[in-house]
Amino acid sequence: MAYSDKVLDHYENPRNVGRLDDSDANVGTGMVGAPACGDVMRLQIKVDGDGVIEDAKFKTYGCGSAIASSSLLTEWVKGRSLDDATQIRNKDIANELGLPPVKIHCSVLAEDAIKAAIADVRKKQGNTEE
Amino acid sequence: MQLPIYLDYAATTPVDPRVAKAMAECLTIESNFGNPASRSHQFGWKAEEAVEDARRNVADLINCDPREIVWTSGATEADNLAIKGAAHFYHRKGKHIITSKIEHKAVLDSCRQLEREGYEVTYLDPDSNGLISPETVEKTLRPDTILVSLMHVNNEIGVVNDIEAIGEVTRRNKVIFHVDAAQSAGKLDIDLEKMQVDLMALTAHKLYGPKGIGALYVRRKPRVRIEPQIHGGGHERGMRSGTLATHQIVGMGEAYRIAREEMHEEARRTLALREKLLRGLEDIEEVYVNGDLTHRAPGNLNISFNFVEGESLMMALRELALSSGSACTSASLEPSYVLRALGRNDELAHSSLRISIGRFTTGEDIDYAIERIHYAVAKLRELSPLWDMYKDGVDLDQVQWAAH
Ligand SMILES: Cc1ncc(COP(=O)(O)O)c(C=O)c1O
Ligand code: FES
Repeated sequence: MAYSDKVLDHYENPRNVGRLDDSDANVGTGMVGAPACGDVMRLQIKVDGDGVIEDAKFKTYGCGSAIASSSLLTEWVKGRSLDDATQIRNKDIANELGLPPVKIHCSVLAEDAIKAAIADVRKKQGNTEE
Repeated sequence: MQLPIYLDYAATTPVDPRVAKAMAECLTIESNFGNPASRSHQFGWKAEEAVEDARRNVADLINCDPREIVWTSGATEADNLAIKGAAHFYHRKGKHIITSKIEHKAVLDSCRQLEREGYEVTYLDPDSNGLISPETVEKTLRPDTILVSLMHVNNEIGVVNDIEAIGEVTRRNKVIFHVDAAQSAGKLDIDLEKMQVDLMALTAHKLYGPKGIGALYVRRKPRVRIEPQIHGGGHERGMRSGTLATHQIVGMGEAYRIAREEMHEEARRTLALREKLLRGLEDIEEVYVNGDLTHRAPGNLNISFNFVEGESLMMALRELALSSGSACTSASLEPSYVLRALGRNDELAHSSLRISIGRFTTGEDIDYAIERIHYAVAKLRELSPLWDMYKDGVDLDQVQWAAH
């Protein structure tokens, strides 16, 4: 399969690879996927006092499109409020990266990961209402 | 060194220049273009002579009688003809067939079709090394078993079944034995005087011949009968109709002739390259070879790099042409059914690479591949949350995954 230039760019130079301290109350972790399915994504966000995402990190086990989707997502969420970040849809990611239909589920995984990370940080902050 | 480096000889091989030359001599008006079935002029006679020379070359490689060779379009057709042909011919004796879970799709899907027609098929589990033992076959035989179909060399993991021993079991029990030898002909010794095989599928394109030509060996003593699956002009003694493709057949004949002369030398050389490759990769942490290493075709290495997903690994290895058992490389999102049947966990199946070495692979190619794979695995492990967890001492089997 041929990869789009954007997928290749994120794959060659992934942004924001790493991990944040999960014991920090301002850090939310979303871990989605399963090794048996061939993809596991860990996306972490750190929010400041105003509920704005000031940092994001990821690590992904999966295909190149999954790696690119999570890398792109970390770029997109930085500087956004939590509410704003929940609006990100897998379609936006797939469109931006030019993913073919068989790779759509990789972008779905990224959407699931950011949602899980947001839910996690909200829970930690005792603020579970949606 | 020319990039990308081809390391996928189990998928197909380039045509040997000697083969291409022989084929080119069977196409144009100045050359041997006739229909081998034309009996009325020398164009036909000459073409027929070329076809019969090729038949002899194929027969010589596997030590059988040329009259036991039936041309087909490849191993897929030969498998279909053998399995459906024998099942249809012997259906009054019984309707039970035995095969294994790690056969090529040409065999598995032929068996599925027979199931739809009312036959019953037992799919044997290989052992964890990928091998089927003669004892397993013997235990599974029933009074109504008519056919056993097993591959000689597995296309994904390269492991070699003991065809000679299994043939003793099937012959003793008067059951037809079909062997898919697409991956073994010209790489391992095949002697049909010694091996009690009744039907054998062959192909040219895994052995430096052209795609689209193969053959089915059909034993004459004791005689094995099959129902034709393609009807028409009665070519190939009625077993497979269709005008013979002289250039393709000549190509296969030349490829098999060369193999007979050079296979031992070539096997030694490819085995040495594979051993070099394995030595170069073994020092990476958490690597696993899939399939038996001693009973293995010389050019195959199938290896899993734990915590790294196969498709992303291939993406990092774009200078190397190889294949992976990862689901992400297939349309089905299922990892390799062969690796799963070995009892490998899905993770290791997703993390596998098949590297296959052949006639034109050099030591320099292997050095380069080793270096690139080291780099790619390290890079992707940096990116892998599973690697982090492994390094933190987390038991991944105990984690509750949100499987989707
Ligand atoms: C074991 C095995 N059987 C059958 C085939 C099919 O052969 P062909 O491509 O000649 O139809 C292949 C190769 O694809 C193979 O590896
Ligand atoms: S993670 Fe499997 S195809 Fe993308």
